[in-house]
Amino acid sequence: MTSTLTVSERHVGLLLSILLALMGFAMAAAARHGVMAVHGFMAVGLGMALAFVLGGALYDPEPSADRLRRYYDAPTRFGIVMTLIWAMIGMGVGVWVAALLYWPEGTPLWPATSFGRLRPVHTTGIIFGFGGNALIATSFHVLQRTSRARLAGSISPWIVLIGFNLFCAWAVTGYLMGSTQSKEYAEAEWYADLWLVVVWVTYFILYIRTLARRAEPHIYVANWYYMAFILVVAMLHIVNNLALPVRWTTAESFPIWSGVQDAMVQWWYGHNAVAFFLTAGFLGMLYYFLPVRSGRPIWSYRLSIVSFWGITFFYIWVGSHHLHYTALPYWAQTLGMTFSVMLLVPSWASAGNAIATLNGAWHKVRDDATLRFMFVAAVFYGLSTFEGSFLAIRPVNSLSHYTDWTVGHVHSGTLGWVAMIVFGAIYTLVPQLNGKTEMASPRAVEWHFWLAVAGTLIYVVSMWNAGITQGLMWRAYDANGALSYSFVQSVEAMAPFYLLRTIGGALFLTGAVVCAWNCRATMRGAAGHATDRPLVAQPAE
Amino acid sequence: MSNPTDPRQLPGADPHTGNRQVDPVTGYDTTGHDWGGITELNTAFPKIVIWALVLTFLYSVVAWILLPAWPTGRDYTRGLLGLDQGTQAVEGYRKLNDGRKDWLSRFAGDDLAALQSDSDLMATAMPAAARLFADNCAACHGTTGQGGPGFPVLSDGTWLWSGDADEIATTIRHGINADDPDTRFAEMPVFDWLEGAERTALAQFVSDLPNGPADFESPVGTLFIDNCSSCHGDTGDGGLGIGAPSLTDTVAIYGQDAETVMETLLKGRRGVMPAWSGRMSDAEINLLTLYVAHLGQPGGVAQ
Repeated sequence: MTSTLTVSERHVGLLLSILLALMGFAMAAAARHGVMAVHGFMAVGLGMALAFVLGGALYDPEPSADRLRRYYDAPTRFGIVMTLIWAMIGMGVGVWVAALLYWPEGTPLWPATSFGRLRPVHTTGIIFGFGGNALIATSFHVLQRTSRARLAGSISPWIVLIGFNLFCAWAVTGYLMGSTQSKEYAEAEWYADLWLVVVWVTYFILYIRTLARRAEPHIYVANWYYMAFILVVAMLHIVNNLALPVRWTTAESFPIWSGVQDAMVQWWYGHNAVAFFLTAGFLGMLYYFLPVRSGRPIWSYRLSIVSFWGITFFYIWVGSHHLHYTALPYWAQTLGMTFSVMLLVPSWASAGNAIATLNGAWHKVRDDATLRFMFVAAVFYGLSTFEGSFLAIRPVNSLSHYTDWTVGHVHSGTLGWVAMIVFGAIYTLVPQLNGKTEMASPRAVEWHFWLAVAGTLIYVVSMWNAGITQGLMWRAYDANGALSYSFVQSVEAMAPFYLLRTIGGALFLTGAVVCAWNCRATMRGAAGHATDRPLVAQPAE
Repeated sequence: MSNPTDPRQLPGADPHTGNRQVDPVTGYDTTGHDWGGITELNTAFPKIVIWALVLTFLYSVVAWILLPAWPTGRDYTRGLLGLDQGTQAVEGYRKLNDGRKDWLSRFAGDDLAALQSDSDLMATAMPAAARLFADNCAACHGTTGQGGPGFPVLSDGTWLWSGDADEIATTIRHGINADDPDTRFAEMPVFDWLEGAERTALAQFVSDLPNGPADFESPVGTLFIDNCSSCHGDTGDGGLGIGAPSLTDTVAIYGQDAETVMETLLKGRRGVMPAWSGRMSDAEINLLTLYVAHLGQPGGVAQ
């Protein structure tokens, strides 16, 4: 990291690190005890560690003048490492809580390990830790390559990545200590949310400034998706997290929304976290890495444009389908349902465009596990967007809502689509960024692929069965008009599905561990870097 | 002479015809864009996508016409079907209620014995009662009424407040130590004021009661008579119908080993059974009463 910075940049970095440590110290001193104090000390530790690293490198030689003629790949490499670390944390906790649902008596008698605290560790660890780092890391790569320009700044990429990971660490450790806003996928407390706003604005400015320097006349569609991801996530995050802290010195706060408005804002956020965090950014990834890996042109430029605008326009309306048959007015439910149905065609247009792009490269899909990851991702993207529109139809939702079908649907998206495209991107990037032609062990990539596919299928199929069984048991009445099953019976019926789900998740986790090992082996001792160059050198700052 | 919309001036285009590089696999030409090796085909918008879009839009428009859909300031478009989810929910609930009215309404009366002897009615009602029990009672009393630490067994012949159906109904209706004006009240007081040695001896004495005849003339026996017998009976066999358990059997709900009795003496006990009259109809409470009474009889098993 430090060797890529000039001495003056190291000075600025050192100053920022000291500021971070001071901010953490102020937090800890103001809060004195509790979650916020612990988080303050975490910031102190991080700031001091960074200050030591940068301070120790102050008198190291300047980087070669050649660096401005290269792409800036060090942040991407760091982002990939964090992606893999969070993958193992998030998926590991996921498998653990899945096992707890099968063996609830295995819950340790320790508050930090209760199911309610661990579940958001899984969701935040995966969505923000794994998904977020993957998105930021690949966006830096895609942005530079499709603009043929170096990142506009050497420090801001690090602020974005390190700051974002501090947010994730604050969020996850907060849950373990029992701190939560009780808003799904937005559990982190107010100061962590404010911190994320700072990080995100830095990210947005960096992105825009780099785009402005592009040496290509047009902006590639992948960048549109990444931009939609950055912009809309900022909007969602700010609006849903508006809250009044109880005191400036404690972690607790009250949301400014209340009642059904709060529910609506929460699911407007929640569904668009799926749309713009877990879909738009990853479509950007797909639109870049699929043509690169397959060596084929994007099948239809027009389809990619129409699906971009279709997805960005329709998605923002559909959050209310999470609140069918609730206190939310019927008309809002109808709008959520119909826009979800209209969303299907733009979504399938993207999936179809990706699969049609592979025409002329099917032999590569057969031979190359990396490209197969991307192909399976496109297929699962199509499957889960169809399922999503279907489940959003009100009468269908009356069967599926509150059941494990929802869990199955989400995981068909996250395991089958999001994680698969991330692994495809990682297996393309890691050798390239380290000046190699392939991963250390191509056989391990093959193993990972089949572990991931088997794990996903076992997980998703068992949750479909579980959900439909639950839904049918809950609504069954006997000839005398009495319920056919008690709730406990529907819980007992879940045992085989929950066991299978745990096995599926464990297979997927095993694949991720294999991937992390393989990436480590590839990165280790690699002195080389990417051989492609920007069209023009970045002007010195 | 620069015109950005002229195809002949686009990158990669033939300067005379405007055609660009044609992809040999699909036969389509490219858009002329190139991002570090990524190109795009100029494939026409597939007809099937347009038809699919039209179909989903039609579905939505029909839904907007039929259902409540668009807000109009303080009101919203009601839809031709005139549906209201509140009304629909009430209607659905009434319909379900009507389906079981003909047999459930017969439980609304007070003559539980007569209901119990009607075997046809009981055959219809008991499966429903079993669901009611599993959804409302099993969390504390166990799925088969087997009880648990701190929660009484319902599937044996031992009762704190009598196994008589009317008494069971009172307990379900008003609860024990519950937030209900007519709730049953029962409390094991705290005996922390006893001297340590006395308390230890008393705990040992009580834990030995199930093992056989005890010496009530001994000093510790006197301690028992003075402090415990008014609720638990002169010989500790309970049965007074005031919620105080017999101490001569082994079914005391908190346990009767010396250590647990010590804890009971030190901290007291005040278990709560919620009152169900606000959450269940009289008929449902009577139905559950008969189910619980049946559970307590020999051979009475949970369904």
